[in-house]
Amino acid sequence: MIDLTAITRIFHMGDQVVRALDDVSVRISSGEYVSIMGPSGSGKSTLLNIIGLLDKPNSGNYALDGKNVTALSENEQAQIRREKIGFVFQTFHLVPRLTAAENIELPLILGGIPPKDRCLRVDAALLAFELQDRAQHRPAELSGGQRQRVAIARATIMQPTVILADEPTGNLDHHIGGEVMSLLEKLYESGTTLIVVTHDRELGARAHRQIIMRDGKILTDQANDPA
Amino acid sequence: MTLPDTLQLSFKAIMSYRLRSLLIVFAMALGVAAVIVLTALGDGARRYVVNQFSSIGTNLLVVLPGRAETSGSFPGAVLGQTPRDLTLKDAQLVGRLPQVRRYAPLNVGVAELSAANRLREVTVLGSNANLIPIRHMQLAQGSFLTQGSAQSAQIVLGAKLASEFFPRSQAIGQRVRLGENRFLVSGVLVLQGESMGFNTDEVVIIPIDYAQSLFNTTSLFRVLVEVNSRSEIQSAKQAVLDTLKESHDGEDDITVITQDAILATFDRILHALTLAVAGIAAISLIVAGVLIMNVMLVAVNQRTAEIGLLKAIGATAADIRRLFFVEALWLSLAGAVIGFILGQFGSLLLRFAYPQLPAWAPVWASLAGIIVALIAGILASLLPASRAARLDPVKALGKK
Ligand SMILES: Nc1ncnc2c1ncn2[C@@H]1O[C@H](COP(=O)(O)OP(=O)(O)O)[C@@H](O)[C@H]1O
Ligand SMILES: [Mg+2]
Repeated sequence: MIDLTAITRIFHMGDQVVRALDDVSVRISSGEYVSIMGPSGSGKSTLLNIIGLLDKPNSGNYALDGKNVTALSENEQAQIRREKIGFVFQTFHLVPRLTAAENIELPLILGGIPPKDRCLRVDAALLAFELQDRAQHRPAELSGGQRQRVAIARATIMQPTVILADEPTGNLDHHIGGEVMSLLEKLYESGTTLIVVTHDRELGARAHRQIIMRDGKILTDQANDPA
Repeated sequence: MTLPDTLQLSFKAIMSYRLRSLLIVFAMALGVAAVIVLTALGDGARRYVVNQFSSIGTNLLVVLPGRAETSGSFPGAVLGQTPRDLTLKDAQLVGRLPQVRRYAPLNVGVAELSAANRLREVTVLGSNANLIPIRHMQLAQGSFLTQGSAQSAQIVLGAKLASEFFPRSQAIGQRVRLGENRFLVSGVLVLQGESMGFNTDEVVIIPIDYAQSLFNTTSLFRVLVEVNSRSEIQSAKQAVLDTLKESHDGEDDITVITQDAILATFDRILHALTLAVAGIAAISLIVAGVLIMNVMLVAVNQRTAEIGLLKAIGATAADIRRLFFVEALWLSLAGAVIGFILGQFGSLLLRFAYPQLPAWAPVWASLAGIIVALIAGILASLLPASRAARLDPVKALGKK
């Protein structure tokens, strides 16, 4: 359960003040599938970063699963990111010098999981995302779709309760993008909260709830029947 | 993140930036090797000098005629007098002093040695039986002026002379001719090689009386005095000066050199020199540290996106700091170990090239080299590591 109340995030660009989020309040229940759409610069990424505890609001309140997380220490926030949240980025953000398997393993290492368990879980993830024969390849040797599959495997390896995807198909062609969305939707079907920022109307329409943003505010927020 | 994982992850980073890592390790290793080789050289020189000095005797006083140059020229010289001779009688007076264990008068000259159809010039030492123990010489065979045989025409040959003149037979018991006189070979010295620029393998030793008549002199070249113990050296020196002043009608016309004073001075100078070169070499370690810092700062810059990602997937600031810290530690550790090996190898080469020089790096120098390298590495990593840890994850992720 994500509960944002009157969140404002201000950036200063020289002497210009940018209200990336302007008094935004929104609730997202566990297990929801939400798409966030809107023009470039409307505050979608900032909203996602605040939900993912990568960024702090200037004012407002954020409760995650009933717990006020705005006041937590950096280390406690890192622990929540590690255990409850999975990020998927437009540019994948794989570590170029590590293999696919090692990239997927990273969150387990940070979580202090013993090597034996890590091995089992990485193997299972490679299998689930059909990456078995790419395990020992570096990101540079993988296609865009494969890279995003590695990134999703990494985002889910700690079995988070929330997946945050910021334009996950932005760097992929239409067909591959559709496949990646299907993978994310499978996660949602298994009970994970899924929040996807996208430009693509068609992909956005697959969610059960659509939020449209403009100038740091929520313009519309409505349920959607993906038919 | 557990410690083994931190070690492994930063080790992987080092292995993936191979050229950069090699450069740092090389710079560090050179610094450590320089410390080790230079101190090996300095301490080797020190030990060489100390060995040389103790090879000519311990608790030794050397009495020589004439005033020391330091207090101006011999005052008698102005009046047209030559300094008074140092005589056998003086030597005997010195020998009676309570601080003196034994003494050896010494005359040195050159004469022709002939025997068994061979002839050559040799350096002749004239002395008494004490010369051999005082100068730490050793007889391979025979004896020299032992009790009962005193004042007989005995001669001791240097090892090389003995084998030159009597290659096939025993030298002992043979008769040789030195200048006009005949001598009976009573002993042969152990082969020793050169020490303090003096090769005992090519000298002969004869009784002092024969030497004085051979060189037609009554004046001694030196008197070597062995004092009972190290603590009595200063009082013995003063006693010798007083005794001989009295015997020379109140003239201060002899000089006493203590070997310990010279030795201590050399020891101090060379030790200071070793420390100085070690210090200079250590500066190269600081330079290596600065190099590490710069390369690590560049690495933080290059890997900004990676750091952002690590934070996004739950790394704490401490995790990031530790990763970069351990990375620098690995590099300086590798540099220290390789430098240590290089330094020991360099010292080995030195000893190989100059066998007389005991070029062993002192343990303190090796330890100091390694520790300074590690400290330089650790200090150098602090700034880059904390800079990495403080990065804002959103901005870091946005950087490409
Ligand atoms: N770190 C930043 N510094 C200054 N301005 C920023 C920063 N991040 C975002 N902004 C501004 O905030 C606004 C919202 O940005 P963002 O959330 O990235 O929009 P979107 O993801 O919808 O394109 C934009 O006007 C952007 O310029
Ligand atoms: Mg965006």
